[in-house]
Parts: sequence; structure tokens; C-alpha cells
Amino acid sequence: MADATPPAPHATFGAGLWQAACTHPTVAIGAALLALIALSGIAAPLLTVHDPQAIDPLNSMAPSTAENLLGTDHLGRDVLSRILYGTRVSLAVGTLVAAIATVVGLAIGILAGFVRLLDAVVMRVMDGLMSIPAVLFAIALMAVFRASVETVVIALAIVEVPRVVRLVRSVVLTLRELPFVEGAIVSGSTLPAILWRHILPNTLAPLTVQATYIAASAIIVEAALSFLGAGTPPEIPSWGNMMAESRAFFLLDPALTLMPGVALTITVLAVNMLGDGLRDGLDPRLQGRL
Amino acid sequence: MIGYVIRRLLMVVPVMAIVTIVVFVLSRVGPGDPAAILVGDFASSAEIARTRAAMGLDRPLVVQYFSWLSQLLHGDLGISIFSRTPVLELIVQSAEPTLLLTATAMIYSIALAVPVGVLAAARAGSSIDRALMGAAVLGFSTPVFVLGYMLAYVFGYRLGILPVQGYPGLESGFGPVLRSLTLPAIAIGATFVALIARVTRASMLEVLSEDYIRTARAKGLPGSTILLVHALKNAAIPVITMVGIGFGVLLSGVVVTESVFAIPGIGRLTVNAIFRRDFPVIQGVVLVISLAYVLLNLAVDLTYTLFDPRIRY
Repeated sequence: MADATPPAPHATFGAGLWQAACTHPTVAIGAALLALIALSGIAAPLLTVHDPQAIDPLNSMAPSTAENLLGTDHLGRDVLSRILYGTRVSLAVGTLVAAIATVVGLAIGILAGFVRLLDAVVMRVMDGLMSIPAVLFAIALMAVFRASVETVVIALAIVEVPRVVRLVRSVVLTLRELPFVEGAIVSGSTLPAILWRHILPNTLAPLTVQATYIAASAIIVEAALSFLGAGTPPEIPSWGNMMAESRAFFLLDPALTLMPGVALTITVLAVNMLGDGLRDGLDPRLQGRL
Repeated sequence: MIGYVIRRLLMVVPVMAIVTIVVFVLSRVGPGDPAAILVGDFASSAEIARTRAAMGLDRPLVVQYFSWLSQLLHGDLGISIFSRTPVLELIVQSAEPTLLLTATAMIYSIALAVPVGVLAAARAGSSIDRALMGAAVLGFSTPVFVLGYMLAYVFGYRLGILPVQGYPGLESGFGPVLRSLTLPAIAIGATFVALIARVTRASMLEVLSEDYIRTARAKGLPGSTILLVHALKNAAIPVITMVGIGFGVLLSGVVVTESVFAIPGIGRLTVNAIFRRDFPVIQGVVLVISLAYVLLNLAVDLTYTLFDPRIRY
């Protein structure tokens, strides 16, 4: 079938990403910072000789030394190695939640945008889900399930899906009326072909931007849940857990609570810079919108 | 207008119906049997079965949902497993600090964010604009509990000028209450300020490129009149919409921040309920807060006519 599609959309999307990185320095800075953070998480065993879980009661609340660069916590665990290993939970949760919420939201959003019968029902359900504040919804979900990193990821994905659905549906509704999609329908393209060739490529730019914001939000909410004691189980070093455990000693050594908080803030900042830059670079129409 | 209000109020019904279904499903899919939790760890299976029947848990799920819903509509949010007190009573008891904290955070955020956004838009592209928007991204990226501890460290611990723990209650006067809410309100509001400042800037930039602004300039009106009278009023709708949407962010922040500053509000009630696996309390809080969120957004929609007389309902 002769179908006058533009050149492979994925290539142009990739080129768009590259151009966004070149013209918008925040993309490059955010990406570089994020790469550095990811690397320090992955290479944690090489960067520190300390086991993040090794307890040393005789050496608790120690100040910074050559042995423990950032000192030790109330159980004598090395703070630097806990911060480095904590990177893993934050980045894994951010990435997984963004990926799952995007894929699921994309599927539901396309369905809602194309099947008029489903649209009203799906969107009312999404409105309902979105009217429960994120942290509260995540807390309610975590209260039901056993605390683990997997359940945190699932809970946060459920919280974020409605936002993706809304975005995808609005893009689909706009696209559906455009001449090139009408042309494809008239020329007899099958629905899957239309979705794959025309709809999907056009959702990639706004979805990529949305995905970075979801990752940022997921990293914050995971830390908040862990801080409140409803997130990552305490045997896994995460920044939220570190803050929760050290808060009782805040007056004694505020740095113990503040250091993981700073790591968390820098990571979220890097993700948000990437998101803002991509938003401005990938799609000028999105500029300034949130 | 009245017709529109009624129609919008009716639209709250399906949204809240979804919220109640979500909350009901959550209470039933979890591992623990509510009857077993209620009777305690040492109850016999016969005792659990009796409690199940007494609680109506042996009836079909749909029947259970509607009987629970009818209780809700009568203002009965259930009874706390831990304290055996009606959940609604617990929420009302802890509402005072939460309401005051939310209101304080909201008022100061809007009062700070709108001027910041207007200034950034008026000086778009300048170093002031870049500095303000850079600060906005930072405010946006700092988790509320991290900022809370930073503020507590600087103003409570180093400078010792503001209390960092507890809440004295309105009976001790407005001054002490405001002092104790200052730091938590700043922490909660930071994200909100960043959100609103960004929207204000974007919305102002859009309006400032309109023809009537050029006309106003050509007439020789002073820049401040154009900015504040002509532009801001027309740029207000997206900002007000964001105030409504951002209210959810604010409420999420309240839950976490009350824990940081040991404020005995709804957030602390929720966090304690997590530890005690007191599901009726969590359910009740989710329902009440979601209803507040939905109603606030309804109110936001209704204020549109005040800012834009072209909008008629």
C-alpha cells in the first residue's frame, strides 16, 4: 500500500532529542548530572569499601574521618556508602514508575481517545483517581500491600497513570481530526497501522517530557513514603529511610538528616532540568506550559 | 449561573463515587481480614466468623459497598480500630492545625508567586528572569520534608528564632499559632510558589504579546498600568486553575510536613494510622481530603467569571 508517511518518525524523534540537548543547555546539564548520579549508584561497590548495612556500634555518630568521609550514623554505618547505595532505590523507582505509568497510560489514553463509548467512563475514573492527593493515595495503597520496593513502584505507577492518560487522550483527540490522519483512514489504513505510524510518533515528544516529570515526582514520593515509614523497607538503604532513621538525632547531628536530603534534592533537580529543557526543546508549543 | 453551579455540583457525584469505589476496593483487597484485625491476635476462628457476620463482611461485595456508602452519606466514616473512636470525630479533632497550615501556606504562596511571575514576565530573558525561574526549578525540586529540616536547622537550631516542634492551639492566641506554623507553611508552600510563579510568567508572556497590549503601549500608558491592570487580569485564569490543581500538591505536603514539625493534625493522624494499620482512619482521611480537593476546584471554576466577564455560565 502506498502510504506517504514522513521518514521514520523514530529517527526524527531521536534527532529532535539531540537538537534539544544542543540548543537547550539545561538538557545537557541535567543529563550529565543524572548520568553522574546514576554512575555513582551503579559503581557504589567500587567507590566505597564499606557495606552500607554493616553495623559498628562502637563507632556510632562519628564525625567525618579519612575512613568514613561523611561520618557514621547512630548504628555506626558509613553515611557515604549509604548515600551512594541509596541512589539505586531512587533512580530505579523513578525510572520504573515513569516507564510503567507511561506505557499503561499510553494504552488507556489511546483507547479513550479512539473509542468514544469508553471515553466518558475512562475519563470519569481518571478524574476520580486524580482527585486523591498523590502522597495520600500512595499511603493508602502502601497500607494495603506489604512494604517493598516493588509495591512502592506499583503504587506510584497507579497514582501517575491518570496524568498520562489525560495527556495522551488530549493529543489523540487533536490528531484524530487532522487531515493526515483522516487521509490515512480514507486511504484504508488499518487502525493498528494508523496508531503505529501517525498517532504514536506524535505522542512521543509530550510523553517524554511527561515521563521525566513523573520520574521526578516518583523519586520525591518514594522518599516521602520511606520517610513516613510506609515505603522502602528499612533493610534497604534509601534516602527517605536515612532521613527517617536519623531524625530522632536531628539536634545531635543535623547533617545526618540533611545529607540524604541534599542528595535527593540534587537528583530531583537534575531530572527536572532535563524535563524543562526537553519541554522547551522538543515542542515549542509546550513552552511555558506545565 | 445557578444552573451551572448545580450542574457542576452534580459532576462532583461521579468523581466522588469513583473515589469511594477505590477506597472500598483498597479496604477489601488487602491481606488482613478486617474482622481478624478488630478482634485481635488471640481470637478463635469462631469468634472471627461471628465478628465477620456482625460486621456484614459475609455479604456480597456489592451489598457491602452500598451499605458502607449509605453509612458514609449519613456522615459515618467508621470507627478507628486503634482508638475505637468514630473516624469523623478524629478528623474533626485534628482539623484545626491542618486547616490553618493549609490556608497560611496557600495565602503566602499566592502573595509571593504572582508578583514573582509578573516580574519575570515583565523582564523576560533578563538575568532577573533567569534567576527567578532558576529559583522556581529549585523550589520545585526540593522535597517538602527536606526543606522543612533545612528551615528547622537554620531558623530553629542555629538562629533559634522560631519554634520547630509542636502546635500550641488557637486557645493560646493567634501569635503563638502563627509562629509555630511559619516554618512548616514556608516548607509546604515552596513547591506551590514555584508552580504558580511559572504559570503566572507563562500566562503573562502570552497576554503581553496580544494586540490590545500593544494598543495600550501606543496610547502611552505607563508600563505598570499595562502590566497590572491590562495584562494581569487577563492572565489570571490559568493561574487560578493552577491554584486549584496545586491544592493537591499542598495537601500532600501537609501530610508529610506535619510529621516533620510534630504538628498534631490530619497528616499526623494519617501517619500514625499507617503504623497501627488503622485502615478506617486512612480511608476516612482519603475521602474527606479528596472531597475538599474536588470542592475547592469547583469553587475555583466558579471564580472565573470574576476575572473574565466574557465567561458566562
